[in-house]
Amino acid sequence: MSLVLRGIRPYGDDAVDLVISDGLIVDIVPVGQGQGDVIEAGGLVGLPGLVDLHTHLREPGREDAETVETGSRAAALGGFTCIHAMANTTPVADTAGVVEQVWRLGERSGRTQVRPVGAVTVGLGGEQLAEIGAMANSAAQVRVFSDDGKCVHDASLMRRSLEYVKAFDGVIAQHAQEPRLTQDAQMNEGALSGQLGLAGWPAVAEESIIARDVLLAQHVDSRLHVCHVSTAGSVDVIRWAKGRGINVTAEVCPHHLILTEELATTYDPIYKVNPPLRTASDIEALRAGLADGTIDVIATDHAPHPHEDKDCEWAAAAFGMLGLETALSIVIATMVEPGLLTWRGVAERMSSAPARIGRVREQGHDLVVGAVANVIAVDPSAVRSITATDLASKSRNTPYVGMQLPGIVEHVLYAGNPTVLHRQLTW
Amino acid sequence: MDHGRVVMDGSDIARAIRRLSHEIVESTKGSQDLVLLGIPTRGVELSQRIAAAIEEIESQAVSQGSLDITLYRDDLRLKPARALLPTAIPVGGIEDKIVVLVDDVLYSGRSVRAALDALNDVGRPRAVRLAVLVDRGHRQLPIRPDFVGKNLPTSTQQLVRVHLRDTDGIDSVVVSEEVR
Amino acid sequence: MKHLLSTADLSLEDAVLILDTAAEMALLTDREVKKLPTLRGRTVVNLFFEDSTRTRISFEVAAKRLSADVINFAAKGSSISKGESLKDTALTLQAMGADAVVVRHPSSGAPYRLAHADWIDATVINAGDGTHEHPTQALLDAYTLRAHLAGPTGSLRGVRVAIVGDVLHSRVARSNVHLLQTLGAKVTLVAPPTLLPIGVEQWGCAVSYDFDEVLADQDAVMMLRVQGERMNQAFFPSTLEYSRLYGLDTPRMATMGTNSIVLHPGPMNRGMEISADVADDPRSLMVEQVTNGVHVRMAVLYLLLGGMKESAS
Repeated sequence: MSLVLRGIRPYGDDAVDLVISDGLIVDIVPVGQGQGDVIEAGGLVGLPGLVDLHTHLREPGREDAETVETGSRAAALGGFTCIHAMANTTPVADTAGVVEQVWRLGERSGRTQVRPVGAVTVGLGGEQLAEIGAMANSAAQVRVFSDDGKCVHDASLMRRSLEYVKAFDGVIAQHAQEPRLTQDAQMNEGALSGQLGLAGWPAVAEESIIARDVLLAQHVDSRLHVCHVSTAGSVDVIRWAKGRGINVTAEVCPHHLILTEELATTYDPIYKVNPPLRTASDIEALRAGLADGTIDVIATDHAPHPHEDKDCEWAAAAFGMLGLETALSIVIATMVEPGLLTWRGVAERMSSAPARIGRVREQGHDLVVGAVANVIAVDPSAVRSITATDLASKSRNTPYVGMQLPGIVEHVLYAGNPTVLHRQLTW
Repeated sequence: MDHGRVVMDGSDIARAIRRLSHEIVESTKGSQDLVLLGIPTRGVELSQRIAAAIEEIESQAVSQGSLDITLYRDDLRLKPARALLPTAIPVGGIEDKIVVLVDDVLYSGRSVRAALDALNDVGRPRAVRLAVLVDRGHRQLPIRPDFVGKNLPTSTQQLVRVHLRDTDGIDSVVVSEEVR
Repeated sequence: MKHLLSTADLSLEDAVLILDTAAEMALLTDREVKKLPTLRGRTVVNLFFEDSTRTRISFEVAAKRLSADVINFAAKGSSISKGESLKDTALTLQAMGADAVVVRHPSSGAPYRLAHADWIDATVINAGDGTHEHPTQALLDAYTLRAHLAGPTGSLRGVRVAIVGDVLHSRVARSNVHLLQTLGAKVTLVAPPTLLPIGVEQWGCAVSYDFDEVLADQDAVMMLRVQGERMNQAFFPSTLEYSRLYGLDTPRMATMGTNSIVLHPGPMNRGMEISADVADDPRSLMVEQVTNGVHVRMAVLYLLLGGMKESAS
């Protein structure tokens, strides 16, 4: 039984028929010549399935905010055929048992590949290494380790972590936040935080940790990944490190490409996120860094929170915003439409590079004959108005309500199986 | 300038003030215990002019001040909050005095009601009297003036406006048809 | 105007109207019968998530003098301390028919949230939120400055005021900077660099690290409360060094102009930012500030609640 994506334009190039069978792309032929069940994809841009290195699924522990199942639905609708589930669950994903549980839930859902991220330290406590080897060798095959939400701030522990994961070809994904510089921090530190009376989260708290970590990575010759880079200074530090040949990769979140700190003047915690929204000049530097490859990937930091954790005063609210279902649209609006990134660039930053960093063999392939059929078809010209209740996520904390965003994911094939057809989940 | 019919001009108003002053002195049997309290804005200027006239008649200073009624009004919630106008109770107070409230136009009587309440919080006069330049009728409360400059029959559709020299640059009373 | 959340929202006309109204309120309550019927039937809720007896009592006296019904809703021992959210508290107040909520909250922006989150339609008056603003304190300070330096209805244009101390954590400083500059005063912030917020140079006022250098030129000095705990967070080395450099004592006060005055929002740390002698000096107006606070809050309550109900903004 074959499927034909009829008239699809791989990377926005000329239209073809993409023929899929047994989970693989088996043929690429002129339009109309593909044989099999036809999925109409005329004029749609074809991309490899997107890979997210940074997703919070909340299961186990906060199933009221999101579950592996609901997060997988959101991922599929957003065009993701692989997501990395962060370790800050309850209990923390710091043992083989927890990562295998999350991995099995993902397999059972079957809508997207769920790759658990393992904690670096026990309970994210920053004091004792978690059983990294056990997680790496478990059924979940963990390769990305992160205390995300907390920074591995102890320099000695960070060094040991970087060294230890070399044995498994793993990577430490660092949440770069110097804790003493960000006590009670609520928003970007600058003139605005001073006026609003909200405790500041200075850029230097991120940049100083990144600077330290790239030097540590160089010293022990290991692999470092920097989560959610949010400042112009961080881009400079990473650019410098790459110039010296240091093995560092970095991600930027969609919201840091489009939203600025001015939104905090509403005191509406829907805009409260960690790291915080920064300034327009930071946005400019992040876009430039993403365009020139200093920043390797776009990662969502999809962070679902129940309504009551956002429907309150700013300081009491949780950090984080939804991202899976809007990420590609934000990238189109901020990078593709202004001409900073081609569709091939999008495929590299949202699929190939994250798959490489996460060592996900099945993902991030080019759309060529013989590749695993993780394929999405995007209508780049369609515009949608975002409403929180239309999202598949169990939570509603999207900052984009009311915004008109370009780009709709029409079809998603995950390992050859349609998970989304005509903008709808297939089951 | 105002459109409408001028029903009192400068000399009419001057005559009315002179007559009101005589009547007040007569009824209070001199100016000894008299306190004139104008209701802002134009009641204050009127009371000043009446005080000056009485001083001329009696050759004796007359106690005169102003009483803002804003905080005592019964229609506060029908409009946005209004700025307060000055209240100035003359030295010597109003205790056991004969207070004459002075206003420009008497209409529903609600302002006078508010003024009586305001007065009550200031002290206890021996008697309170009411002097107005124009009484245009249509009372909504059982209130009656003691001294009237001019009785002016009007319909409720009409607008009566008093202009006074110091406040408006001219002395006149104008009646116009209210444009709704 | 429906709410009073920040002095930055006040135009010059708004600010002058409030101060003028407060001056009338002062005259009207300077007599035996202090009560006015204006807010009869209106309900004012004092919602205090932080202890502040003086501010709460001041609002309570102001509301009662205008004949409003006053409900005090304090955090301690109530549902709030049992973890009830701001939203649920707000819904409760709405159900009780609150016309105005006077709110003191440790989180910056909580009154803004209360006013704009669509939880209630009452008027919200900010009685101090976190390290953000305390608008009625700034209004009473401006009132006091005006009474002493410009006459009851005079202008503060060109009047020089130094605000000295922990600007970083002070809601009083933020509200005063906005309001005094709107009124035309020349403000100088004086503090060690650690107690000035990042970006303070964009506030439009002068900044100095040297108290002695600016003191002689001021018409008024506003001393801010400095908490001793800040020492442990390394904002300054010791309370002794702080008071030596930034405290107002008698020798320092002697360098001020003879007509200059001293304000302090209270409660004072005698011996820290202000010496006991200075606190008790006739040019220190702390007691008068408290009296003026009632008049200013009466004015605010009247102007926000006295007229017809404005629909939610």
